[in-house]
Amino acid sequence: MSQAPTSFLENAPVLVRDWATGFLPAPARWFANSLIDIVSILAVFGLLFAFLTLAERKILGRVQNRPGPNRVGWAGWMQPFADGIKMLTKEDVVPIAADRVLHFLAPVVILAFSILTFAVIPFGRNLVPLDLDAAVVYFFAASSSTELAVFMAGWSSHNKYSLFAAMRALAQLVSYELPLLLSFVPVVLATGKLSTTGIVAAQAGWKWGFVPHWLVFTPWGAAGFAIFMVSALAESNRSPFDLPEAESELIAGHLTEYSGFKYAIFFMAEYFGMCALSGMAVTLFLGGWQAPLPALEFIPSYAWFAIKLMALLFGFMWIRATLPRLRIDQLTRLAWKFLVPLALVNLGTTAFWFLSTDWSGPFQAIRWAVAVGLVILPAILLGRSLGSGLGPRTYRYA
Amino acid sequence: MNAALILIALATLGTAAVAMAGRNLLHSVILLAATWTGIAVFYLWAGAQFVAFAQVLVYLGAISMVVLFAVLLTRRAREESVAGPELKSRTFFSVLAGLAVAVVLLAAGASAPLAVSSGPAPEVTVRDLGVLLMGPDAAALLVAGVLLTIALIGAVVLAAGSGPDEGEDAP
Repeated sequence: MSQAPTSFLENAPVLVRDWATGFLPAPARWFANSLIDIVSILAVFGLLFAFLTLAERKILGRVQNRPGPNRVGWAGWMQPFADGIKMLTKEDVVPIAADRVLHFLAPVVILAFSILTFAVIPFGRNLVPLDLDAAVVYFFAASSSTELAVFMAGWSSHNKYSLFAAMRALAQLVSYELPLLLSFVPVVLATGKLSTTGIVAAQAGWKWGFVPHWLVFTPWGAAGFAIFMVSALAESNRSPFDLPEAESELIAGHLTEYSGFKYAIFFMAEYFGMCALSGMAVTLFLGGWQAPLPALEFIPSYAWFAIKLMALLFGFMWIRATLPRLRIDQLTRLAWKFLVPLALVNLGTTAFWFLSTDWSGPFQAIRWAVAVGLVILPAILLGRSLGSGLGPRTYRYA
Repeated sequence: MNAALILIALATLGTAAVAMAGRNLLHSVILLAATWTGIAVFYLWAGAQFVAFAQVLVYLGAISMVVLFAVLLTRRAREESVAGPELKSRTFFSVLAGLAVAVVLLAAGASAPLAVSSGPAPEVTVRDLGVLLMGPDAAALLVAGVLLTIALIGAVVLAAGSGPDEGEDAP
């Protein structure tokens, strides 16, 4: 564990909270503290959602050599609020044959479960909303429950295209849940903990004074991080896996019959899911709120968490701007024939890594070589078999 | 404390009862998901965090999907998702199966030594659970895994067994 938190900025959020609730009796203080935690998560991530939509449009615009939204406010900075007002004032159309109760419940359920996932992410040294023993299991339990809402949305719309799209979305979400779950098992194996604070604490410290003990800097950690991020892209319906929604081809899939603010709520849930999965990736593989260098520890931990989170979110947007969409059969094949076997091999690599911890001298080099080989060779072999028979296409009548 | 338990029990049993009585299969599935959530809440109330989250992960995340796919892929038309006990033999066998399960459960419950202790609940960590599962109870885990695999392969065989000319003429 690194130095005890001393700087004022590090403790500032907790100090402010305790100052605000200090005059209350103990049981009420606990309640008020929880309430403040909830409200601050909702406020921070609600605003983050608003500005992420703007950032996404701006970044996509830059990548595609156009300015993006630049009319509302200063250079487009008020765009999210204009969008919000537009969404709120739009008519809420419900198909006459729709299952009205389920049609209403679907956005509520999806938003509720995606907000629940934020509860266990350690945002900073002192900023852990809920410190559970089995926090990682909680996180994935909550995030996998949103699948039910996708089905509810598709089925209750009484539109066969919505239903097909919901089934397609479920096939995708169920397929990618497996590599997502398998990719963090090595982390649990390595740290021996299921609590997010414990996993972050296990990644504290530096080797030789400058290489952080983040799990991504081990061969199996890097592989796990890659698998986790690819599956996270698919789980949060982001491009190149945005088949559930694919607004340019599939007229928004299971959301076809949603309008107005209900539609906006699905979007909110998608961005919340993206933020939560990125936050979990930061926690599991990138050392959580730990600073990358000892000299940089004066910057408060939550700032480091925010920087890492933003970097991952920027990566998500960059990928969206770069890669074309996959077809549904390619998508499920990638999950079952590539990511799942790789994640299973990665478990073996992790086991080897921890069986060989006491190797020293030249054996250390051998250990690294074997582990890196165990990561790269299966990836190359599986990738070859995945792409066999799909050589470069020639378009004879193009 | 007990009021919470009664609330949880009422919600769990109520959703289960409505799910059984309902005519719309899809509504029943979603109510069943609510029942499973109620069981998870009961585990939480009893202090078994890990089991509760595993319950949500497995039942809400996976089993409800299996049930949904089964319902949607076996019914041809939307109207058919309204089911009733139209066949007498079906009713008879379902009652028989329900009674058999009830007898097994009651027998197991009656023969189990239910120690009532007033002391504080023992602290069981996830590590203890894992050690128990991988140590003394490894055989049971393996048997359950093999059974489930056999069931899965059987389901694939059943699903793949139908001829290619079926299922295409649905409206």
